Amino acid sequence: MSPDVLDAITLTVALASTTTLLLLLLGTPLAWWLSRQRGNLGALLEALVATPLILPPTVLGFYLLLMFAPDGALGQAWQAITGRPLAFSFSALVIGSVIYSLPFVVQPLQTAFQKVPRDLLQAAATLGAPPWDQFRSVVVPLSRRSFLVAAALGFAHTVGEFGVVLMIGGNIPGETQVLSIALYDQVESLQFAEAHRLAAGLVLFSLGLLFLLYRDDRTRGDHRHHWRVQA
Amino acid sequence: MSGLQLQLDCAGADGFRLQLREDLPGEGITAIHGPSGSGKTTLLECVAGLRDPGPGSEIRWRNQVWHDAGGSLPPWERRCGVVFQDARLFPHLNVQDNLEYARKRRRGAAGPELAQVADWLQLTDLLERDSASLSAGQKQRAAIARALLGGPGLLLLDEPLANLDKPARQQCLHLLLRLKRELGLPMLFVSHDIEETSQLADHLLLLEAGTVSGRGPMVELSSRLDTSLAQEDQAAAILCGKVRDHDEAFGLTRLEVAGQPLYVRHLPEAPGQERRLRIPARDVSVCRQRPADSSILNILPVRLCEIRASTPSRALLRLALGEQYLLAQVTRKSISQLGLAPGDQLFAQIKSVALLSEARE
Repeated sequence: MSPDVLDAITLTVALASTTTLLLLLLGTPLAWWLSRQRGNLGALLEALVATPLILPPTVLGFYLLLMFAPDGALGQAWQAITGRPLAFSFSALVIGSVIYSLPFVVQPLQTAFQKVPRDLLQAAATLGAPPWDQFRSVVVPLSRRSFLVAAALGFAHTVGEFGVVLMIGGNIPGETQVLSIALYDQVESLQFAEAHRLAAGLVLFSLGLLFLLYRDDRTRGDHRHHWRVQA
Repeated sequence: MSGLQLQLDCAGADGFRLQLREDLPGEGITAIHGPSGSGKTTLLECVAGLRDPGPGSEIRWRNQVWHDAGGSLPPWERRCGVVFQDARLFPHLNVQDNLEYARKRRRGAAGPELAQVADWLQLTDLLERDSASLSAGQKQRAAIARALLGGPGLLLLDEPLANLDKPARQQCLHLLLRLKRELGLPMLFVSHDIEETSQLADHLLLLEAGTVSGRGPMVELSSRLDTSLAQEDQAAAILCGKVRDHDEAFGLTRLEVAGQPLYVRHLPEAPGQERRLRIPARDVSVCRQRPADSSILNILPVRLCEIRASTPSRALLRLALGEQYLLAQVTRKSISQLGLAPGDQLFAQIKSVALLSEARE
């Protein structure tokens, strides 16, 4: 394996891990809020969260690129705080990935939170548990499996992203060249043997991960697949 | 000390409205009784803080404001234990951890030890069990234990026995009676089952279609003819007796009620213990002379206090036995033939004494 490909693997894993971690931190409160929200504001936010599912990644990437550019709102602020440009950086990839993979984390969590019986939260309240304690001691343990699913889907989807990364990350080896871009590069330069290896590797990874999740779901006798992402 | 002061105006679904203004006692067991849809559970939810009692409502417990125009104390600060009809154990925790959940959140309140409560409710051997694997009766016992371990100042029970089969119901009822004796914890007990209510309650609040239709001490209220309790078939008086001795040869227990002997089926209580008897009006008849050579064991001298027609053909009689009362259901024709009038000295024959705990058997 060439050093470029190794770099791309390391970078992809770093990007997907960072993104997944951030998504769990941001997505959990967001999913909780959405699960309790009725009315237009909730529906609007839910639609916004789901948009990356159906939007062409290039559209998302285009707007992000404008914002990340040195004269863009976010780009300027970033430059002022960190002293470095945001566009074509690892940080830009993380921000883009968080937005792009958001529905894959928020939706399974939201579904799981909605399924926690309100009766149990009432019982917890009468036993002296304020809302945050109810969440920590009842909602989270009852949704444990969905956290696993959300993390796995968020990770896998980030590994698989291409369009957004291409728009906002460019193609800097060791900096922003992730696996899917490296593969694109290899095809462009007619290195089909390497491209085959990478492509097959990504297929196996995705298939393997999903297989593990579905298998686990079946052995638990839960055939409803409530965590499947719906656009 | 004042107890639970309620002023509720709570709108529910389909135009239902719970409207009442009551001072409930701060000790003993107060039963809230009424048919389905009369507002019993709504009342309990308002007290627990699980439901907004509506504008203008006020709830005070022992002079602590739980709800008024200024705001509402959240349920987790009321220290008000709730036993729900469906137990609501946490499925991700075993029995012991369900109990610990409550104990850890006492907020400094005094409360019983876990081992003690587990012993009271016969859970000691079930502590390691998965809560989903318990039977309905075991779940309900665990739910009662969990509520007690929260160290509540007031315990609310919402039809806690409704989902149980007969043996489990009897066992739970027995345990609740024991808790009542040993803990002295004030309880609000919601039930549509008059048998349970008669056995447990000290006070009674009768609800009908969202309003209060009667209130008072349980024993006194059950002997009145002007409440919904006195509706025909379920009308029954409650007598309080003391166990005198057991007649092992005939399988009977002799109680003393107002100085009179009363024979009932063999009871588990030791001599000297108090016992409540629920005597349905349809099992009581009256005569002017003490019948000789009757097969009926229990013939008690009583004074007729009140007559009230219940249907075109039947009437209820209220009979004084010392300080206590019996109800009798007779035909209006008998009243006319015997020329019964309030003040008459009569003999009441009790066909079969239906003991509270055995009435369902």
